[in-house]
Amino acid sequence: MRVIAAMSGGVDSAVAAARAVEAGHEVIGVHLALSSNPQKYRSGARGCCTVEDSHDARRAADVVGIPFYIWDMAEEFHEGVVENFLSEYAAGRTPNPCLRCNEKIKFAAVLDRARAMGFDGVVTGHYARTREGANGKTLHRAIDNSKDQSYVLSVLTVEQIAGAIFPLGDTEKVDIRKEAATRGLSVANKPDSHDICFVPSGDNAGWLHERLGSEVGPIVDQDGKEIGQHKGAYTYTIGQRKGLGLSVPTLDGSPRFVLKIEPKTNTVVVGSREELAITTMYGENPVWCGPAVTQTPQEGFVQIRAHGQPLPCTYYLFDNRLVATLQDPLLGLATGQAMAIYDGDRVVGSATVCETKA
Amino acid sequence: MSVYLDHAATTPMVDAAIVAMTKQLGKLGNPSSLHTPGRSARKDIEQAREVLARVVDCAPSEIIFTASGTEANNTALKGLFWKSRAEGKNVVVISAVEHHAIIDPAAWLGEHEGAEVIEIQVNKNGVIDLKQLGDLIKTRGDEIAFISIMHANNETGVIQPIAQVTALAREGSIPVHCDAVQSFGKVSLSFAGLGLSALTLSAHKIGGPLGIGVLVFQRGVEIPALLHGGGQEREIRSGTLNAPAIVAFAAAAQQAIPSSQIASLRDLLIAGIKQAIPDAYINGEGEKLPGIVNATFPGTESDTLLLLLDAQGIAASTGSACSAGVQRPSHVLLAMGHSDKSARSSLRFSLGTQTTREEIEETLNVLPQVIERARAANLR
Repeated sequence: MRVIAAMSGGVDSAVAAARAVEAGHEVIGVHLALSSNPQKYRSGARGCCTVEDSHDARRAADVVGIPFYIWDMAEEFHEGVVENFLSEYAAGRTPNPCLRCNEKIKFAAVLDRARAMGFDGVVTGHYARTREGANGKTLHRAIDNSKDQSYVLSVLTVEQIAGAIFPLGDTEKVDIRKEAATRGLSVANKPDSHDICFVPSGDNAGWLHERLGSEVGPIVDQDGKEIGQHKGAYTYTIGQRKGLGLSVPTLDGSPRFVLKIEPKTNTVVVGSREELAITTMYGENPVWCGPAVTQTPQEGFVQIRAHGQPLPCTYYLFDNRLVATLQDPLLGLATGQAMAIYDGDRVVGSATVCETKA
Repeated sequence: MSVYLDHAATTPMVDAAIVAMTKQLGKLGNPSSLHTPGRSARKDIEQAREVLARVVDCAPSEIIFTASGTEANNTALKGLFWKSRAEGKNVVVISAVEHHAIIDPAAWLGEHEGAEVIEIQVNKNGVIDLKQLGDLIKTRGDEIAFISIMHANNETGVIQPIAQVTALAREGSIPVHCDAVQSFGKVSLSFAGLGLSALTLSAHKIGGPLGIGVLVFQRGVEIPALLHGGGQEREIRSGTLNAPAIVAFAAAAQQAIPSSQIASLRDLLIAGIKQAIPDAYINGEGEKLPGIVNATFPGTESDTLLLLLDAQGIAASTGSACSAGVQRPSHVLLAMGHSDKSARSSLRFSLGTQTTREEIEETLNVLPQVIERARAANLR
């Protein structure tokens, strides 16, 4: 096949490109420029769009022996990921930008462009696997559980999965680093990126303050009594305990947690740990990575964070919303997060959490 | 078949330059040394200087060797500015379509040295507005430190009316610098005839080696230097002279004769583009270099075009500067009235003395499919 290898400048995508070449594909390396004003250097574990990262990607492509180009996706990234991130926070939800990037950039803008240019698919360094089944390709967890990235890929449609190649899903991360060293890739020991790539300082709250303002509002308890103030409700996340700065302690000295964010009134509601507990979650705009979920309840697992535990649940579709009822209650679930449904290690699909119930 | 249509970026070295350079690489001697090997190296350099002076019609002592065209531009602009500022002049005049090796040092003078940078605009064909320049000289002539206008544009090949610029400047005794990196060796060029104060040349655009440039700088006028050291090159450019590159530059310059063959291949390319892609259009009409074709293909993105052409073995370019490898819409095309979008849909093909008819035919052969795919891949 003729494929595009998306190369971030990190170790994973470099090895993925090398493996795609060895698998017999005709590979062209592409680095996505996602910022119109790239930082010169990479600092710490952040980011994948500095000038230095693009240089690393180019050198990896040289070592692998493939052509290399840079695609300017800054506009698409800004519209599809950064603006969505801001508007979600402004609406009191907690978005996952990596997931949006996969949904709107890597397997949409890039894959569409690649297909139009005569390529068959996109290779990335994601830790996930695909399997050919009777009804087409399905998406599965990686072997390396601690690195599994199937959660941030759970927004891919069947059509997108058909054009995705994940060469690293069958290998442990430590072995990928060793393999990179053996292949002579200088990025073998480059640190992993963790934080949000477009927040160069790593200070999400500060970054949001700069863009969404710092309007002071009340922090109230469940009875509506004001017990503190905040500088922007959007910087809080449901389940958050630290950094509330409350002056009125609880009677028994137990900690308080963020229960709710009300952007319209700029109010943060806090309460006890017990009040965080939920048993049912509802997701909007569901996407199916295989056969669609029906109204018939199924047993499976739901995952609500990139490296969270799979939680046993019953899931079904109701009123075009994906519903998951948990076996055991869960403490704290922010709306805006993705709920990814698994059938064993297969990703069934996902939706954006819009409502929860105790 | 591999097709090279990016001669405006750099050219293959001509045999005479390779021979001269490799021969000189085997020779010992610092040209500033007084002993026999030193004098021998010096002699080779001075001969080369005389050759270049003859080709560009200046005095040999007006040739100052630098390590690049960019260095020559920086030396001229900063030196002329510092000299004029001491006389109370701080206005810097350039055109809107200069190469970044002019725009950026001018902007630096604005940001760090108190210069007021004024850009002369161009019309839709890319030619500077002489009326704007004339009015500026009339009203603020005594404030102007220098004028720097390129001879031919690197993206479109459009030639500027330099003789008229120097005629206007002469009334105000304003020094004029001209960046002739693209035009040198391709059209006739006379330092003395144009009445310039300073002129920039580069070797690798005419079949010479990389890493050698020339600033032709008027005799009897001295400017502050960028590089201080051994005092070479009239103390305007210190540093041990790069004898192998210098002799190779002269060898290439002697062979760089304006050629009508390039122009006829260019016309073949233009006619073929217009026939195959009816809505494509060529940027810049009028007096132009023989080897540059800048075309806009509506509905495409230039980086997609480059990738698809490269995959077919064809090397072209957008001609515009890039940061981190990301193509920006060309400031030259924007100045000529393009939108961001149409500027991003443009490509430069540049031909050289070694370009063949087969290369042009091959390009025209693959172009329709490339444009079709690029249009499909354009998501914006």
